[in-house]
Amino acid sequence: MLAILEYNAGNQTSVRRALDHLGIACRITNDPALLASSLGIIFPGVGAAGQAMDELTRTGLGELLKRQVDEGKPLLGICVGCQILLDYSPENDTKALGVIPGECLMFHRALTDEDGAPIRVPHMGWNRLTREKPCEILDGVEPEAEFYFVHSYYPSPAPEYVLATTTYGARFCSLHGRPGLWAVQFHPEKSGRPGLKLLSNFYQYCRRTGHAQ
Amino acid sequence: MLSKRVIPCLDVRDGKLTKGVKFKGNIDIGDPVETARIYYEEGADEIVFYDITASAEGRGIMLDVVDKVASKIFIPFSVGGGIATVEDMRAVLLAGAEKISVNSAAVKNPDIVSQGAAAFGSQCVVVGMDVKSVAVSDAVPSGYEIVIHGGRKFTGLDALDWAKTIEALGAGEICLNSIDADGTKEGYELTLTRLISDNVGIPVIASGGAGSPAHMARALTEGKASAALIASIVHYGQYTIPQIKKYLSGEGVKVREVW
Repeated sequence: MLAILEYNAGNQTSVRRALDHLGIACRITNDPALLASSLGIIFPGVGAAGQAMDELTRTGLGELLKRQVDEGKPLLGICVGCQILLDYSPENDTKALGVIPGECLMFHRALTDEDGAPIRVPHMGWNRLTREKPCEILDGVEPEAEFYFVHSYYPSPAPEYVLATTTYGARFCSLHGRPGLWAVQFHPEKSGRPGLKLLSNFYQYCRRTGHAQ
Repeated sequence: MLSKRVIPCLDVRDGKLTKGVKFKGNIDIGDPVETARIYYEEGADEIVFYDITASAEGRGIMLDVVDKVASKIFIPFSVGGGIATVEDMRAVLLAGAEKISVNSAAVKNPDIVSQGAAAFGSQCVVVGMDVKSVAVSDAVPSGYEIVIHGGRKFTGLDALDWAKTIEALGAGEICLNSIDADGTKEGYELTLTRLISDNVGIPVIASGGAGSPAHMARALTEGKASAALIASIVHYGQYTIPQIKKYLSGEGVKVREVW
């Protein structure tokens, strides 16, 4: 069973629908025992980083997540969930979980697209990934595949954690982490077949490594 | 590099498509859920549902449709039509839509835009603008006026001013519909599309007038739109979404080609 972290800043039901479609058992939960007994945790997030972090602090779920990661539980952060794994976000001046070294940055409107026009913020729509390092959650995903993004801030982790980048005005990190701990700025649950493949790959990794307790 | 989006729009009344959609083999499908699934499989980048139901009972049926669509398609989709309060928005988003779209409700009560953005994030809030070309005046300096009630009622709002206002209120996207071009199949209103796109920093979806992929290419290049809304050119089997994308790609418009 995969656990989808339940807190007041997520798109949990979209993730659940995608996993249901894939036939992957999952629970939307904030129960520490269920989170601990899951094969892996998906950590979604929408809205502002500050509000999401406040929720995680208020509920103690932030500390719980960090502990699970330390113990080797596979984790997949999505969108704001991906940003909050870093140390800091300037959005609402937020001190984040610090599971992965780095911070978030905001898209500068001074950046221009390939036609020389100012970029629109948020970055909303479909865009490609350039793989910077081997990353098994992208196994079987075509190099030209695109993913659905919607965000105004982007992660900037320490260079050794950058797994894939995307270009929008400038090149930014769109997938970071290490084996067993992944964070995606895009929404795999809304990215059609390639996104479903990524979720399926995460589940397969969880099954293989078997961190259920 | 961000792809330009191709977005089919489906009109729904009491949980059924107002006009059946003809796919290959002339199969006429009246079910919005199955139709959305086929467009998803064909490579639509997003889907827009416009609910023209009048009754409260019909609205409940629509929420059921949204829930079923969300379980079958894994791309963003939005729902518009009759959404007037934050509670209406919440119900549709909880049922599984990615975005909600407000149109005349925003004209009557602009606060709905900021309330929706504060509650759910700007990325959820699309503002639909229905626009008619009018004589330039002090009240409407751009020569484009916002209309509501399907174009029957003039509001006195200048379209350019209104676009800037809703952006400031927190709209995440504008769906810009030219009532003059709508239904003509003679192409999008490019001057209007360009005017709005050049003057806001949020994405603009061009709507109204699509009769061919060439029209879409012009809206996405000259008109600087981020996305093109289409209806009859795909609903009646004239073009498929892969054909449209192949054409756009050939014209140098970046589109999503692998799905």
